[in-house]
Amino acid sequence: MTKQQANWSPYDNSGGSCVAIAGADYCVIAADTRMSTGYNILTREYSKICKLADKCVMASSGFQADVKALQKQLAARHLIYQHQHNKQMSCPAMAQLLSNTLYYKRFFPYYSFNVLGGLDNEGKGCVFTYDAVGSYEKVGYSSQGSGSTLITPFLDNQLKSPSPLLLPAQDAVTPLGEAEAIDLIKTVFASASERDIYTGDKIEIVVVNADGIRREYMELRKD
Amino acid sequence: MNFMASKQPENSLLGPEADSQRTLYPYVTGTSVVALKYKDGILMAADMGGSYGSTLRYKNVERMKAIGKHSLLGASGEISDFQEILRYLDDLILYDNMWDDGNSLGPKEVHNYLTRVMYNRRNKFNPLWNSLVLGGIKNGQKYLGTVSMIGVNFEDDHVATGFGNHLARPILRQEWHENLSFEDGVKLLEKCMRVLLYRDRSAINKLQIAKITEEGMTISQPYSLKTYWEFSAFENPTQGAVGSW
Repeated sequence: MTKQQANWSPYDNSGGSCVAIAGADYCVIAADTRMSTGYNILTREYSKICKLADKCVMASSGFQADVKALQKQLAARHLIYQHQHNKQMSCPAMAQLLSNTLYYKRFFPYYSFNVLGGLDNEGKGCVFTYDAVGSYEKVGYSSQGSGSTLITPFLDNQLKSPSPLLLPAQDAVTPLGEAEAIDLIKTVFASASERDIYTGDKIEIVVVNADGIRREYMELRKD
Repeated sequence: MNFMASKQPENSLLGPEADSQRTLYPYVTGTSVVALKYKDGILMAADMGGSYGSTLRYKNVERMKAIGKHSLLGASGEISDFQEILRYLDDLILYDNMWDDGNSLGPKEVHNYLTRVMYNRRNKFNPLWNSLVLGGIKNGQKYLGTVSMIGVNFEDDHVATGFGNHLARPILRQEWHENLSFEDGVKLLEKCMRVLLYRDRSAINKLQIAKITEEGMTISQPYSLKTYWEFSAFENPTQGAVGSW
């Protein structure tokens, strides 16, 4: 009697793309709002962006149920941190927590591709990029998700990141102003929607700066 | 020498016997559920069939149930798992009532609970084989959401499960608008259910439409939709055909 094989998968790809760009005194985090399964669109108005702390915002694409569970975990841990330390977690601290949380499920991973963005303790923009099991890196900009292969080369061209091998270490944060960075985001998503079927409908853009956090939206192609 | 070797208790979930306890595939299933928000609340439709593979085994299955005062749950997929979910929700609503504090769980809370239940079962590789639709209205706030068997959840102005995603959602995207009247909402749902009846092999022509408003939940008596089969090609299908088939 042959062993029965599983005919259902615990994972599914809900699709979508995320981008984050760090500036001298701001950070822009953006993601599209489409949620898909296979060739179907489930909904056109789903937010992939989650505010984890006062100056720390995460955008995640991948398997939506895992993303939701991960966001809940981090929110709960942040609450405990606030009770214990009487302050908000800084972005670099949250970055480490996210990495550890992901690796904790190394052998049944959160199928979640994350970019974390915000301001560090000096008020400078920072972006951290992750894979599904927690390996992470501080970068000047990043994109994850179904459109990342289309978006990253364009960002590389426009934001020209210095090599991480340089000594002394050079700052990857872009000299671009906030408005220009937002414009770049809009351009990048408009292009990705043309060729990636999972990206489209609307972009949600979150800007973190000294004044706080604000939100913007832009319509995208619905096909 | 017969000392007591460590032994698993009979109902242990460890070891190879445990695998036979896990859901591998569904047995008795319900097909699509379609739901939309309208002016006064939520409208939801589902047929009354319970299929056993390709056999239409049960023709009087109510796949939509009221949950507490404010919510309506519709399910497609394995019927026995739906019944177990109803048992979980009975307990949930009971304990909520027993606080006797004037508060009651709204649709958002019930949806969140169901999402956690479905996700946790998926994590244990023993899913509840259902796609759930949870709709309701509380304090004027309308809510309509859905959860899949692996825990994927979202809310929207209109949702559907299974074949409904392919056939009904496109119709709803075209024709749904805010503040539909009850009559228009029912007409729209019937349009979707008719298409499903024509094109979904597991659909049957016996459906119920449920409505939930601030006043409460009502579910219609089972009825059937008018269909049209008098296309000339169906009337004499072999006319003009070459050969014996």
